[in-house]
Amino acid sequence: MGAATQQWYLKKQAMADKHFITDYCTIEKGRIKRNGQEVFAASDTSFADFAKQAYKHAETEYSKFFKMDNLSKLSFLAADLLLKGQPLDGSNNTALLFANISSSLDTDVKFNDSISDKDNYFPSPAVFVYTLPNICMGEISIRYKLYTENSFFIFEAFNPEFFANYAAILLDTSRADKVLCGWVEFFKDDYKAFMYLVSKESGTDNTIENIQLLYNS
Amino acid sequence: MEALKQELKEKIINVLNLEDIAVEDVNDNDALFGDGLGLDSIDALELIVMLDKDYGIKLADPKEGKAIFQSIETMAKYISENRTK
Amino acid sequence: MNKGVAITGMGIISSIGATVEENFNALVNGRPGITVIDNIDTIHKNNIKVGEIKKTNNQLAQELNLPADNNFSRTAMLATIAAKQAVKNAGITDINEYNTGLISATTVGGMDMTETYFYDYMERPDNRRYIESHDAGDNTHKIANELGLKGMVTTISTACSSAANAIMLGARLIKSGKLDRVIVGGADALSKFTINGFKTLMILSDTYNTPFDNNRKGLNLGEAAAFIVLESDEVVKKQNKKVLAYLSGYGNANDAYHQTASSENGDGAFLAMEKAFKISGLQPSDVDYINAHGTATPNNDLSEGRALIRAFGSNMPDFSSTKPFTGHTLAAAAAIEAVYSILALQNGVVYPNLNFETPMEEFNIIPQTVLKEKEINHVLSNSFGFGGNCSTLLFSKS
Repeated sequence: MGAATQQWYLKKQAMADKHFITDYCTIEKGRIKRNGQEVFAASDTSFADFAKQAYKHAETEYSKFFKMDNLSKLSFLAADLLLKGQPLDGSNNTALLFANISSSLDTDVKFNDSISDKDNYFPSPAVFVYTLPNICMGEISIRYKLYTENSFFIFEAFNPEFFANYAAILLDTSRADKVLCGWVEFFKDDYKAFMYLVSKESGTDNTIENIQLLYNS
Repeated sequence: MEALKQELKEKIINVLNLEDIAVEDVNDNDALFGDGLGLDSIDALELIVMLDKDYGIKLADPKEGKAIFQSIETMAKYISENRTK
Repeated sequence: MNKGVAITGMGIISSIGATVEENFNALVNGRPGITVIDNIDTIHKNNIKVGEIKKTNNQLAQELNLPADNNFSRTAMLATIAAKQAVKNAGITDINEYNTGLISATTVGGMDMTETYFYDYMERPDNRRYIESHDAGDNTHKIANELGLKGMVTTISTACSSAANAIMLGARLIKSGKLDRVIVGGADALSKFTINGFKTLMILSDTYNTPFDNNRKGLNLGEAAAFIVLESDEVVKKQNKKVLAYLSGYGNANDAYHQTASSENGDGAFLAMEKAFKISGLQPSDVDYINAHGTATPNNDLSEGRALIRAFGSNMPDFSSTKPFTGHTLAAAAAIEAVYSILALQNGVVYPNLNFETPMEEFNIIPQTVLKEKEINHVLSNSFGFGGNCSTLLFSKS
């Protein structure tokens, strides 16, 4: 990272202290934790089974869940934990800020498989729909009626600086009341979701260190 | 025709990932789209692929699908009249 | 009205030209770039039309003086060509002189190479170099390397609104003082993956696309790359730069309706436009030309048409879609249309919405069908992507 960029991050960090992380969760290796407490676990299963069980455990009742691809299911389960119970009337001004390394690669591969055999050639429209990383945000927006800003970024690794600063920009410029930040990485049954809500309500300071700490916990 | 209808119910649940619906719950004349089973436009496209893959029927215009996919009954009738597999 | 962020350079390569001048000439002379596909061997060859750049990958590599063992995907090559043009056009000689960033958008990334070489990777070790160039992010880093850029670099991937979101993020980083200047845009090459995917969604036309026409059958896919350079007022002043136009407004909203279809009344589109007006301080009556998303799918044009009527009421400005010229270039769309919007401001032209014959039954608005010359001070550009991601950009004369 260049000196100029470092200075930028430090300057932004000072600003970022005005915002707070109010709620967070992680999903990986068959475990779901919210605000540090385990809420569900189903170890030694494939993601497909884990997701189904987690969905049932959450009692969400949203049958469209089963049509989603792995990345969307992962994102949905995490978002559901943090957004459940919020009004579904379109008034929810929570922006979505997501990122990962692999984009939609897990589903891209599945789609490519459906067009690879010239003799058994049946591309699946339902699979193709998910060959874009931002569809998972679309699913959450549809479910929670979020007519808000949403953007999906691709990074080489988890990037807490970017999340801290961009969420701050969105809140400072009143583009949103809250920001749901989501790191949602999924590739070949190796997955991690780390999601948290940032707003001006009190909570943990929205700093790069805190974000990294929570991500690692 | 009964066997085909049964087969269709199983296939639809499978292909469209309708996890919380059982074969017994689907009636021959229930509306598949809209208020009935609540299928959407992407599901319609998947059914078009299924018609080709499993029954050798090629639909060029997605709008034709509307009439064909109204219910299990209409689907079974259309397939038995047009299948090449 | 807020002046906005200064645009000081632009670069583009598309099926209607390899430079800004070539693209403009094609637009004002009614020369579209929609043809039968040559560079990709697909079974759908005779059932679709595309906006293809008639250069092979070897030709692109030669233009860029890439070594024989390079691992640039077609997307990366197109992007680099356009980005270099933009940087040159902005008169930038030392790219790291000021705090400069790059934000690029793509959906295809290196998929064009992966789908060609994937199955041979086991047998052909020399093709494995394409494995690392698959990722969307890799494309952006390649552009940065070719430009010698050491500053902030990031990639956005939000389907067909990607480049608009890249431009929006760039503007925000300049306004908040995080960057002094930023190169923003997007690129996508044609690929079997995309062709097959869109075919199975049954939204491809087998003939020339006809936006806002009652008998429209769907879109033509296209490939392109375009970048614009945004600079802070301070830097513009210091260097006494010529400003091409201003990015005066931008907005993004989610339609919250369906993964790939737009809501009946264009909620997301309307909200995005509303937000863009708010940022700019402009009124709908200030807009002289709308460059619509206008993909010619039954769904988009109806949804967008309704959203436009909601936003502009009975005073609909001249509007057209330029996708009959270039096809739908996915992640590059908002970027090439940004370039076209800037050219419209500079030259006072409204581009024709080619191929239009029959007005849509659902409403009374019809696009501008012939080239129109008039004073243009503000242009609104729409780009809507799968996932309900709706973005609007407002450009103003400098």
